[in-house]
Amino acid sequence: MKTASKIYTGLVMVFLFAPIAILLVFSFNSSKSLSVFSEFSLHWYEELFRDSVTLGAVRNTLVLAVSAAVISTVMGTAAAVGIHKLRSRYLRAALDTVTNIPMINPDIITGISLMLMFVFVGRLFGAATSLNFVTMLIAHVTFCLPYVILQVLPKLQQMDKALPEAAMDLGCTPLRAFVKVEVPEILPGILTGLIMAFTLSLDDFVISYFTSGNGFQTLPIRIYNMTKKTVTPKMYALATIIFFVILFLLLLSNLSDADTAKAVKEARKKRKDKREK
Amino acid sequence: MKKLLSVLLIAAMLLACASLAGCGSKDVLTLNVYNWGEYISDGSEGSLDTIKAFEKWYEAEYGQKVKVNYTTYASNEDMYAKLSSGAVSYDVIVPSDYMIARMAGEGMLLPLDFANIPNYQYIDESFRGLYYDPQDLYSVPYTYGVVGVIWNAAVVDEADTGGWDLLWNSKYGGQILQFNNARDAFGTAQYLLGLDVNSADKAVWDEALAKLKEQSPLVKSYVMDEIYNMMASGEAAVGAYYAGDYFTMLDNQAEDVDLRFYYPERTNYFVDAMCIPSCCQHKELAEIFINYMLSEEPAIANAEFIYYASPNSLVYENEDYLEELGEETVEILYPGIDNFSELYNEFAYRNLDADTLAYLTTLWETLKIA
Repeated sequence: MKTASKIYTGLVMVFLFAPIAILLVFSFNSSKSLSVFSEFSLHWYEELFRDSVTLGAVRNTLVLAVSAAVISTVMGTAAAVGIHKLRSRYLRAALDTVTNIPMINPDIITGISLMLMFVFVGRLFGAATSLNFVTMLIAHVTFCLPYVILQVLPKLQQMDKALPEAAMDLGCTPLRAFVKVEVPEILPGILTGLIMAFTLSLDDFVISYFTSGNGFQTLPIRIYNMTKKTVTPKMYALATIIFFVILFLLLLSNLSDADTAKAVKEARKKRKDKREK
Repeated sequence: MKKLLSVLLIAAMLLACASLAGCGSKDVLTLNVYNWGEYISDGSEGSLDTIKAFEKWYEAEYGQKVKVNYTTYASNEDMYAKLSSGAVSYDVIVPSDYMIARMAGEGMLLPLDFANIPNYQYIDESFRGLYYDPQDLYSVPYTYGVVGVIWNAAVVDEADTGGWDLLWNSKYGGQILQFNNARDAFGTAQYLLGLDVNSADKAVWDEALAKLKEQSPLVKSYVMDEIYNMMASGEAAVGAYYAGDYFTMLDNQAEDVDLRFYYPERTNYFVDAMCIPSCCQHKELAEIFINYMLSEEPAIANAEFIYYASPNSLVYENEDYLEELGEETVEILYPGIDNFSELYNEFAYRNLDADTLAYLTTLWETLKIA
């Protein structure tokens, strides 16, 4: 039984990581072939850093992902706090549902409807072009927002309601109580939301595809458009780099998660000890 | 406090909306170029970065900074959808022939001012007056190509080659690749049977379908760009694709694979041409860009990068370029078609009417499901 479960786990791992391993290996291939590994070389990495269009697309993708993540995290946290403070249970349920719609909606519908709206508004203002960086940013914030809310809201619900009240009792202004007491409590949720928003924005293709305007193309669109000719191994090199950057970020966030969990545990223990004394 | 915050937030949102109609700075002109992916020399492998070169050349020539905003699309239909949404503005696009006919018919292209494109004189005579632009008003040919059959000489007997029937040869069952798009797949059957590829007669398409159904047990898979790896690795032995792309496969072929290429008698031709869409904002600049791409150095760099044939005599008569390609390559890439326009007008795909297109789609589905 034990060996069976080990084999099963092994197989899952193979299916999850074999594609990435193959990509990684062939990014160091000196030829273009996907079947024959001729020689180790950094040729495709050199080519990648000489390809100004692809590098531009990488820059666009990062700028978009960072701004979308930051904006949606700020807005999402504020929204979560607002929803949490609502007294009426029905109103809260209704708001919950509404925020979930963009998440459940198929990407293609979100993409097309956003595009139609941008075109409509653009026409209303008489603009020649209505799709640009800002429209893409709005689109990305739109689909990242519910994920941030979903991360922050449970943290607020877990938080002891007496904490901010106590802070205000002891003389904090509501804003100060929020910044000094509530935010540290829900910080893990905010951070997870931020990272999720960033990765979602980074790999979105469908919505970006519909809302991209002239001159602003993200990496997924750039790669998709290479299919008239073949996708060059430059892209394997790029994917390898991105994979390691993400891996690094993931490790970092997991480490910090573990740290905060530990810190929270210790703080609780201290409080408990004090009370017992 | 709360109210102030709300007011600020609303202001920020309105500001974001207002910048929807935003425009770039005035002292740098922006030229929006929309082209196929991997379809211009971009400076990789030591080639000339033609876009950067244009920006530099333009500033030196006219004393005005220009920024080329270069973006790409994956198919004519993608490009058409983006443009017809009315939400974007491009100055130069590079559609294929049938799409030019369609866009010109819908008033989506602007007539070119050839006074700004003097290098048009180097475009070969046989690329003028083609069906998609009979009066040469809208388009300047960029590349052209012919579909041929690629075969692996390590597997296929040379005696079997020469026509489209190689794709129906049961000796190579399970090693044949067919196009994974309706038009090209039906085209192979229609050329084989001697039928008109642009017919509006449903019976013609039914006949082609019957032929494709006959082929389907022999087909390894229906592919588009997967063909590169499958042919180069020897996984498949027979397939049809564009001449220029054959060389990409040849460059990557595995050791025990020996790829060869030939043109069947009747086959498809395509021309991709530079056009200016009606949403263009800098028409003269766009024409200067087109003219620049026709001049010797960038035209050769692009031809060498894309590996499709060029209709530009500055390219195909250039000794260095021909030498670089090598005799064999030149023979395949430039089959020396004297009556190109005649063959082209007879055999090339044209825009099908909506009914036929819908019928073709249904037939294609029955083939793929069966």
